Parts: sequence; structure tokens; C-alpha cells
Amino acid sequence: MALSPLNQRRWRNFKANRRAWWSLWIFSVLFGLSLCAELIANDKPLLVSHKGELYTPFLTFYPETAFGGDFQTEAAYRDPEVQCLIVAQGSDACWDDPEGILAQAQAGSVEGQPIKPGWMLWAPIPYSYNTINDIGGAAPSAPDARHWLGTDDTARDVLARVIYGFRLSVSFALIVTVLTSLIGIAAGAVQGYFGGWVDLIFQRVIEIWGATPSLYIIIIVAAIWQMNFWLLVGLMVLFGWTTLIGVVRAEFLRARNFEYVRAARALGVADRVIMFRHVLPNAMVATLTMLPFLITGAIGTLAMLDFLGFGLPASAPSLGELTQQAKQNLQAPWLAFAAFATFSVMLSLLVFIFEGVRDAFDPRKTFK
Amino acid sequence: MTLLSVENLHIRFRQEGRLIHAVKGVSFDVNRGETVAIVGESGSGKSVTALSTVRLLADNAEVSGQVLWQGRDMATAAEPELRRVRGNDISFIFQEPMTSLNPLHTIEKQLAESLSLHQGLTGAAARARIVELLTKVGIRDPESRLGAYPHELSGGQRQRVMIAMALANGPDLLIADEPTTALDVTIQAQILDLLADLKREEGLSMLFITHDLGIVRRIADRVCVMKDGEIVEQGPAAAIFADPQHPYTQRLLAAEPKGRPDPLPAEAPEMLATEGLQVWFPIRTGLLRKVTGHVKAVNGADLSVRAGETLGIVGESGSGKTTLALAILRLIASQGKIRLQGREIQQISGRHLRPLRRDMQIVFQDPFGSLSPRMTVEEIVGEGLDVHGLDPGRNRRDMVADILTEVGLDPGMMGRYPHEFSGGQRQRIAIARAMILRPRLVVLDEPTSALDMTVQVQIVELLRSLQRKYGLAYLFISHDLRVVRALAHQVIVMRNGDIVESGSQVFADPREDYTRRLLTAAFGGSEFA
Repeated sequence: MALSPLNQRRWRNFKANRRAWWSLWIFSVLFGLSLCAELIANDKPLLVSHKGELYTPFLTFYPETAFGGDFQTEAAYRDPEVQCLIVAQGSDACWDDPEGILAQAQAGSVEGQPIKPGWMLWAPIPYSYNTINDIGGAAPSAPDARHWLGTDDTARDVLARVIYGFRLSVSFALIVTVLTSLIGIAAGAVQGYFGGWVDLIFQRVIEIWGATPSLYIIIIVAAIWQMNFWLLVGLMVLFGWTTLIGVVRAEFLRARNFEYVRAARALGVADRVIMFRHVLPNAMVATLTMLPFLITGAIGTLAMLDFLGFGLPASAPSLGELTQQAKQNLQAPWLAFAAFATFSVMLSLLVFIFEGVRDAFDPRKTFK
Repeated sequence: MTLLSVENLHIRFRQEGRLIHAVKGVSFDVNRGETVAIVGESGSGKSVTALSTVRLLADNAEVSGQVLWQGRDMATAAEPELRRVRGNDISFIFQEPMTSLNPLHTIEKQLAESLSLHQGLTGAAARARIVELLTKVGIRDPESRLGAYPHELSGGQRQRVMIAMALANGPDLLIADEPTTALDVTIQAQILDLLADLKREEGLSMLFITHDLGIVRRIADRVCVMKDGEIVEQGPAAAIFADPQHPYTQRLLAAEPKGRPDPLPAEAPEMLATEGLQVWFPIRTGLLRKVTGHVKAVNGADLSVRAGETLGIVGESGSGKTTLALAILRLIASQGKIRLQGREIQQISGRHLRPLRRDMQIVFQDPFGSLSPRMTVEEIVGEGLDVHGLDPGRNRRDMVADILTEVGLDPGMMGRYPHEFSGGQRQRIAIARAMILRPRLVVLDEPTSALDMTVQVQIVELLRSLQRKYGLAYLFISHDLRVVRALAHQVIVMRNGDIVESGSQVFADPREDYTRRLLTAAFGGSEFA
């Protein structure tokens, strides 16, 4: 799709803003990486070779019996016995001395018999966000060679949780923003374009709706149902869709008397088409100015709810929950540092990017 | 004695890494008690030149050359000295009196501010001076107007207040940037008379910026003609009008809509007629929003246009011209009969109205506002085809290309966006958008007012040739009586929503007093007979 000259100019202006341009790159790389979090931090191997066959445990369920074990449950790949079974091609001797047999098998023979050893490929961080690690001491434990950012108060790896938490926060914010924008723009467009009674009634409805104490509703809902990602998205959209209406409505009120809108009406173009083709593109600049507030607001709200304990369940990789743990474990400052650094990097990058976007869309701004 | 001397002035604007050379080596002088006019079309750099004299340009401007005010170089002057010169010695009047006055302050407060700032006058002394100033600029009963806010004054009164503000500190030079362009012709004439009187009484010098040669002829002692950032010709006004040397000056002087409408065949069928058409906006007051009166925007308009005929609608701003047109096109609600090709259309609603839109189209005044900035020319012109269907056996692109050729545009440019075109080209695009549906009736709402004179002439020619070719009926709305005279068979004169006078004799033999006043203001007395 070719960009119109106007958009080309905006793209040039955006690129001219070095800070926004680099922020976009860094953020894209970070978010891209976090989207592949399963390949980076996982407590299951990415690839296993056993008896000449390849397995992909991080995608597929394999019972322990597939590797010569006893249980029908999923193989516990982090147990030394299971690791031994995989590498030593299912040798029974693994049950007695897993470490010894594992070492022998890797050298090429088990109890004198030469074998072709199997192997396991692990992710760079061999823990997932909900892996409870055996750290041989009291949790939370300080950063060390195994856990680069330490562990939290249930001995889960903080780095893994930060990676998954980043993905969760950003995805949550993006989904909520897209949904609230769609609803808000549509509602604002209808009000602004038709004006009169439609506008009057809709505005009163929104005022009443906006006066609802949303936090209490969320607490009540959380008491009735087990909170999950999509329920929280739904609740956020339910109380967030009014944010954009004011701006979009104002733009439509202004634009509906423009001469090109009149010209389109004189041509007999349908209202729906006029709204989408003629008015909406002009209302987008004002909308874009509001978007960064929506996104950072959604991230903040999610963190707040998690911090207060009304958000996602405790097992979810939540930055808000990490912050709360940091507050409760002041003797473990690595928790606070990790949460603070993640939030500040994430929010700063987003703010820089949207600052650049807004400037690029500003027709009056001149660039040197 | 030379008050202001501009020597080899260059102004460049930095924009997206490029330098735009707006003014290229301009030199001129303004002597004491003299009126110098800078004339040029839009974009010729005339306003920028004037603003640069006291360094009022935006930050991205680079100015070089010399600007001497009474022998002092303004280009190197310190900011305090500049401020003193700006308020005391050089005053400005701008084009738009509504936006030049602060809407939240009374007239007295705005005038007093400048008096206390530059002369230290406060209290009763300031008040006396303000009343004196307002009297001088011809505001009747000034004491009672002191507490008025800008929106309570008419356009002409606002411009008078602006002039009073400009005169408050007894300036030596008044820079007037298109001070009458936004005003109606009769008001325009009054303001020009006022400025001429002030110049005589106060020995004021004036630098007058305008695109209107009629005004220049009336008030200027010397004229500088600007084109593309250069002064192509300057000299005494009388000499320039009598014997223009530069081809551009000659073209400007010759640019006046000429000719008269083609005679109409007697059997031409009626295209549109209205009977007792009225648009009243209710005035509601009180808690229960009871209707206590009406703003009569259009009051009982009867008119009729035949195929191939142009009906000119003239009147000052606020007289209801545009409202009448919008009502005829059924774009706003109205009462009364509207007959299009013999068919009553007032009662037709919604979906059934859409096919009729093909027969009646509109071209608006502002070629910048009437084209959606985010659509290509092809999308804009072809939009009507999406609604009303293509001609059989033709594709959309070909039809758009044909109509663009017809209005004098290169069809190769159909992929471009409106901002890449000049004002005249945009107006051609707007005309193409209306014409592609092959309408029978076209409403032209001030189609030439926003255009430069030379372009106006071309658009008038285009409209005339389209009318001849397709037998179009035009409703031509304008406050510019010269253009109306060149195009219209019949004229109706509107005032405050009423039709004052109508018929084909309006120019030759005006019957109403008001019409006569309009014509005098527009043609300067003798010319119209």
C-alpha cells in the first residue's frame, strides 16, 4: 500500500525525531522478544532428541512414559531422573543414580554398553514465570548466576516474570486501547455528526455512566468470578470507552459544517460514508493525541489493580504483583529495582514514541 | 522626508530543512504624509514584507537587508527599542477585525491598555482620550459604546475600533494589511474615506497592503506591484494606472470580468422556481424554551431560473444569500414551495431525494475548505459517481479524466491531493466535482471571491463556456457586483432576508435606494450607468 504524500511527510517528520525513532526501535525489539517469551524463558526444553526422534515439549504434551518413565502425567523435564531417561535412552539405571548415569550417557556409554545419547535444548532462561525453583535457601533470594534478577517470595525467577509481565502489560494496554478507541470513536462520531437530541441524550447517559465507581464494580465482579485476562479487559473497556468521546465529538461537531461535508451531502452521499470518508480522517489527529494517555493509563490501571490484589490471579506474571512483593520484602531490593526499571523503561519508551507521533501529525509544527 | 526605507530586503522561511525564498530583494521608501500601496496576488510576499519592518515574523524566518526607520536600522535594534517603535511610531491594522480584538474584553479596556502602556494615561484622562479617538473614527455615541464587547459591534464598527487603537498613540506610520477585505462594499467605502480623512488631518503616512486595485486607485500616492517576492514595478499611482510598464501590471489592470451574459432563447424551459420560500430560525427564551420570535434568515423568496439562465443573488454579508441557496438544495429545512423542473421537491424526503441531487449541484466559496484534504482529486471528483452510478459503458477513471480536461486541468494530476494545487485549480476541481454528474442547476456560492483577480477572470470564462455548452441554469451568489454583472441575466438583491429588488434591470436602472447605494459603493459612482 502506497502512502499518501501527507503520510509520507508525517513518516519523515517522525523519523526526524531521533528520540522517538530510537524509542520505537527499542520498544519494537523488546515487545517482539517478549512475544516469543516461550522461547526465551521456559521450564520445558525447546527441543528434545530421544531414541533418534525429535520432540518439542514447549509446544506439545508428552507423558513421562514416552521417555521410558512410569507416569501418564507430563514429563517433569527438570527432574534429574527424567533428564537421565531422555539422554540415556530410557535406561532403568536412571532410577538409582540419575546424575552418574547421565554423565556416563553423555560420554557415550551406559553401564559398558555404547549408546547414541539423546539431548535436550533449553531456553536461555530455563524457568517459566510460574516455575517454583529449588533455591536451597529462603525466598526471595538475591540475584546470582542462576537467577539473574533473583527470585521472588515464592522462589520464582524474577527475570522470567518480568519478561512475561512486560508482554502481558503491553498486550493488555494495546487491546484495551484498541477496543476503547473503536467504541469511543464510533460513539463520538454519531453524537458529533448528528448533534441535537442524539447528542443531548447521549451526553447525559455518558455523564451518568462516568459517575459509576468503576473500582467497586471491579471488586464486586472479582468477588463473584475468578478474575482472568479477558474479564479484566472487558471491565476496563466497559469503563474506558467514554474517554475519547469528548475529543471525537468535538471534531465531528466542527467538521460537519465544513464545506466539503456540505458538498458531499449535496452530492447525495450517505451519512455513514461521509462520516467515515470525510470527517473521520480529520478527527484522527485529535484522537492520536489522546492515545498515549489511554495506553499508559491502561498499563497503570492494570498495575494498580494487581498491586491492590483485585487484578489478575497471583500466578499470573504481573508487574503490579511484583511491586507489591517489593513493598512487603524491603530486605530484597532487587524486586523493587526490577519492577521500577521495567515500568520506567516501558512507560518512557511509549511516551517518547507517541510524543513523536503527535508532533508528526501536527500540521503547524515545523521541523528544521 | 523619508520615514521608512527598505533596502534590498530578503526573507527566507526554513521549513523541513528547505529554505523558501519568500521575498527577494525588495526596496522601497515611505515618505512623511504619503500613502504607499503594495499590490500583489496571494503569495506574492506583500504581508511578509510589511511584518518584517518591525520584526514581527515567526521564528523560522531569516531576514537580510536593511530596514531603516527614521534612519535607525530595525534589523539590529534591541527588543525594547522595537517595542517602543511598534506601539508608538508604527501601528498595524489587520484584515480580520473579529480575531484582532480580544473577545473577552470591552472596547474601553482594550484601548486603555495601549494608552497606559505607551503614554501612562489612566482613569479619567484615558477615558476622555478614548472617547475622542472613537469620535474621530466615526463611532456614533461613543460614551455608550465603551462597555461594549467586540461581538456586540458590526464588522465595520470593529474595524473602526481597530483603527482607533492604531491611532491611540499618534503613530507616524500606519501599516494596513488588507483592512477592508473582510467587509461589505458599502462599509469598505466608509472605512477608506475614514483612512483618507485621518491621513489628511494627522499627516499620517500609510503603508497599504491589498490585492484590490480599485482601493489602490482610490487612496494611494505611490504603488509597488509585487509578484513572487519581487517588486516588478513602482511609481506614482497615477502613472502606473495610466501607463503600466511591466506586463504583469498590465495584466492585473486588465483583469476584470468582462462581457455580458449571452442572450437567452425565449422558449427556454423553467428549471427552478420557488414561491414564498422562507427559512426562519426560532428564538427560544425562558425556562420552557418557548418560541418568542424568529430570526428571518430568508423571508418569502420568490424566484425562477430557466435553463441556460443565470440568476445573480447579491447582498451584503448576513443578508441570507447562502441560506437561500442551501434551502433550495434541501440542505437545510425551509417552508414554501421549491419546484425543480416542474416537480415539487419540498415534500420529498430522505432516500427519494438522492436521485434528484444529480440535477442540482453546488460550488462553494472557499476552494481550500470545500475539498477534503485527505482525498485525491480522483476520489473527490468521482465521489458523485459512486452515489449516482456511471454512464453506461464508461469506467470511472475515464469519466474523471474527461471532466478534468473539460474544466482545464491536466488529467494526469488526478492522483494528487488538494494542497498541491493553487486556489484557481482547486476551484476548477470543485467545479469538476459538480459537473461530472451533468446537473441541470448549479448553485455557485461566491465561487470567485477567494481568488485573485486574474484567476477570477478565468473561472468566470470557464463557467460561461460550461453554461453555453450544457444549457445550465446557474444561481450565482456573490457580493462582487462586477462578476455578477458579467454573468447574470437576472439579479435579485437581498437585504436582511428580504428580496429588495429583482429583475434584469437592476444594473441599468436600479429602483430601490439600497440597490443604488450598493452599486455606487461597488462601481464608484459614475461607472454603472
